[in-house]
Amino acid sequence: MNAQVRPRTELLLELADDELILGWRNSEWTGIAPFLEEDVAFSSIAQNEIGHARALYDLAAEELGTDADALAFDRKPEEYRCAPLVQLQLVPDWARTIARHVLYEAADAIRIERLKEHEDAEIAGIAAKIEREEVYHRLHAEMWLERLRGEDRYTAAVDELWPYALGVLAPELRPALAEQVGREQVDAVERSAPGPEFAELWEEMTMVRRSAPVGAQW
Amino acid sequence: MIWEVFRQERKGQPFVHGGSFHAPDQAFADAYAREFYARRQESVALWVVPREAITAIEEFPDEFDLKYRRVDGYSIKARLKEARERAGTAAD
Repeated sequence: MNAQVRPRTELLLELADDELILGWRNSEWTGIAPFLEEDVAFSSIAQNEIGHARALYDLAAEELGTDADALAFDRKPEEYRCAPLVQLQLVPDWARTIARHVLYEAADAIRIERLKEHEDAEIAGIAAKIEREEVYHRLHAEMWLERLRGEDRYTAAVDELWPYALGVLAPELRPALAEQVGREQVDAVERSAPGPEFAELWEEMTMVRRSAPVGAQW
Repeated sequence: MIWEVFRQERKGQPFVHGGSFHAPDQAFADAYAREFYARRQESVALWVVPREAITAIEEFPDEFDLKYRRVDGYSIKARLKEARERAGTAAD
């Protein structure tokens, strides 16, 4: 892929990669979530995230002259721009999974709110659409937060993931997240070339796509 | 805690029982109801009710066989014919 991607595309791919990879990670709970109802609900939320990723890839694809599937599955692992927070493999630790869910939704809300004001009408429009679904993801995250708040395992998980959560946002948006979550701003775990944990996810995620002949229709 | 969900498919239609599930409180129940019964736009409204809030009435004794209270079993055809003859009007 062209190394000289325009900032708009860069922004879209960052967002799309976050949503795709978080959706993928959360879907790893399908079938083994703590109880049946949560299994269905959490899987459904994971699918929503992947739906958001698709809409964002579609926008980026128009500019890059490709399509959403190619952006999602045909790039090399080092070309993904997702934040380290969403890459972490947290199954079978539900406390850390919920901590990530709560922190990511908080960060995403700040980011989406900002994007709704974006000068690019297409980006603003898609942000508004995403926001209408994210409202329910936040409600889901908050109801779990209410249940787990104050539990040692949950608190430890938030401590661990907090620097990662800051890394989801651009530096100028981080103070808002610190205020929202009620924590001091610390050194963020920044976006960088994905590590071995991501490479493993990528192997699995792109396996079917890579095994199919070019141009296969689904 | 068990919750019962009633769903409405289109505005103005009656709510129909959709199913039930476990959830620890109203917030969880609302979230699950939304994901189970409305995520594909198959409902326009949901009623989410704790099963405990529903009163089930299941016994209706009829010890004296009061058949005359029922609306079935009467044939009004013959009586209608008689009445029409008396009134001098023919059947349609």
